[in-house]
Amino acid sequence: MRAPAAPATARPAAPAAEPGRPASGIRFDDVSVAYGRHGEHTVLDSFDLTVEPGEVMALLGPSGSGKTTALRAVAGFVRPARGRVLIGGRDVTGLPPYRRGIGMVVQQYALFPHMKVSENVAFGLKAQKTPRAEIPGRVAEALEMTGMAAYAGRQPRELSGGQQQRVALARALAIRPGVLLLDEPLSALDAQLRSGMLAELARLHRELPDVSILYVTHDQIEALTLADRIAVLESARLRDCGTPQDLYRRPRTAFTASFIGTANLLPVTVRADGTGVDLGGRLLTVPVAEGVARGSGATLCVRPHLVGLGDGGATGNTLPGTVTEVQWRGATHRLYVSVDGHRVMADVRELRTPPTPGDTVTVHFAPEDAVLVPGGLTGDGDHHG
Amino acid sequence: MASATKAPAPVRTAAPRRPGRRPAAALWVLPPVAALAVAFLHPLALMVWQSLTPEDGGGPSTAHYTQVFGEASFRDALTTTVLIAAGATAGALLLGLALSLVIAFVPLPGGRAIGRFIDLFLAFPSFLITLALLFLYGTTGMANGLWTDLTGDAHGPLDFLHTPCGVLLAEVTYFTPFVMRPLLAAFSQVETGQLEAAASLGARPWRIVRTVILPEALPSLAAGGALVLVLCLNEFGIVLFTGAKDVVTLPVLVYTKAILDGDYTGACVVAVVNIALSVALYALYRTVMSRTGGGAGPRRGGAPHRAGA
Repeated sequence: MRAPAAPATARPAAPAAEPGRPASGIRFDDVSVAYGRHGEHTVLDSFDLTVEPGEVMALLGPSGSGKTTALRAVAGFVRPARGRVLIGGRDVTGLPPYRRGIGMVVQQYALFPHMKVSENVAFGLKAQKTPRAEIPGRVAEALEMTGMAAYAGRQPRELSGGQQQRVALARALAIRPGVLLLDEPLSALDAQLRSGMLAELARLHRELPDVSILYVTHDQIEALTLADRIAVLESARLRDCGTPQDLYRRPRTAFTASFIGTANLLPVTVRADGTGVDLGGRLLTVPVAEGVARGSGATLCVRPHLVGLGDGGATGNTLPGTVTEVQWRGATHRLYVSVDGHRVMADVRELRTPPTPGDTVTVHFAPEDAVLVPGGLTGDGDHHG
Repeated sequence: MASATKAPAPVRTAAPRRPGRRPAAALWVLPPVAALAVAFLHPLALMVWQSLTPEDGGGPSTAHYTQVFGEASFRDALTTTVLIAAGATAGALLLGLALSLVIAFVPLPGGRAIGRFIDLFLAFPSFLITLALLFLYGTTGMANGLWTDLTGDAHGPLDFLHTPCGVLLAEVTYFTPFVMRPLLAAFSQVETGQLEAAASLGARPWRIVRTVILPEALPSLAAGGALVLVLCLNEFGIVLFTGAKDVVTLPVLVYTKAILDGDYTGACVVAVVNIALSVALYALYRTVMSRTGGGAGPRRGGAPHRAGA
């Protein structure tokens, strides 16, 4: 089943564009991209999405989901077989990349190795025939913005990975693009650098509020941290789109629930009276939305940190089961509990005397912490641990 | 306050040397050096010695050099050699660069097969190319045959293979793959991401070639050019097979003096000049490459490079 189309506007109207900066905002209008002699390999299928001016949109999905293809369609490196791509309201589908006026940063930095840092940053300005007198100031401004002003005279090979990525960012920002495309920009960095760069990107976005950013990643933390909205792709299709909080708390599909954060996904049957669901003959009280058909199969999503140990009082749903595994995670313990053959994960505060595999325990969750999504399961729902 | 103690500087200690190891290692070098001396250096030394030996005996003399340098035929041959070599190198560089750019960066069906054919082409003997050109552009070749068939004329318009232009065409045809091979290897190392980043920043294809691709491929271009220049200076088969009587290069002059005129000493003088020219060009190439850094330096990471080539 295909998820409903993304809401066209999720933010208030963006402020007026900075003088000299091209109009921002991206729109995918029913874009399909296919490879092969007869277009038999569809890598992006009927993709509709609007990135508002000044918005950070993360394209999140597993490998091969089509997220990089979508970004490359905006950049002009793949030509859609169908549909249109608009930047700032202008149809750019047939334009070559050099006429699109976008900034792009890729995973491997792609700095020009024979040019100094300042020459790398000046490259786009020269290519766009910026007045010669203006270039040094713009280069200095971009390097200042990314904290690389002290490295202007260095060669790229003399810089660390994080520094190279900052230069790549400065190079993209120097041309003052209306749209910035970031293709897994932090994937080549180690965890500590990645965390620092995430904060840097967030700061840059605050300083450039009218730049639309399309951020491709397979890392949910990056998407949750940075994005105003997240578009979830799977198998070349847009599956879900919404704010990070919305997608995390109220996923509309089982795939979203499993891909963004960790989730317990339990196959249930919606009771005919709409009061709850049936999990292997066990009645659970959960809110059943209007769109979920009574009497049909559905998937119950509960986040592990919302599952507690014990019976939880009179109002909660309780599930007795057998502990199959216990993992100590510092501040928490993760318990894997088998409930009627279904695996339930519970993240509880570090226990002084944790149960051991084989122990019988009861876990519980509050009805309002569970989300019912239509459709059955295709996997075990544990994409991230 | 405790005084800061300075960390001791690391002491470089030489690795313990096994007694008697160096002489043993030196012994291993002797056989190849001896073989090289017998097979190559000795004949070369004999040739140089012959060029310095007066006909009436006595000590070494430069009289033969003075005599050969004074001959118009030598000066003409030297000029012809340099001009043809320079022209063929320039032609091969231009053609090789253009073809390599197309093969490496324009998505062509069969581009990979063309790359493989270039490898095969390098194995062809040079006279074969000349022979092929004779079949195509010779006075009784296919092009002229087509012309006479169409127009009814007795002769076709093409009659240039026996001229310096014919030699130039043959050398450009034969040596272009020698430029292309290192260039294609260099182009395959250019990161796709760099080309895309350049395009997204507003660079048109020609600017990308000029400012991104060529600077990275310059060492390979220079290496290919230097190789072709040296090979052209010493090329004999192509000039011989075109049958261009008026095109006398230094190798042809060596052949003429040694085989046709029986002037071995004169041939040795010309040969020594030819060798000196080649070595000087190679030294110049090495100097230029070391001053330009010989490339863009080491790369970081494992960015995707262009496939093929």
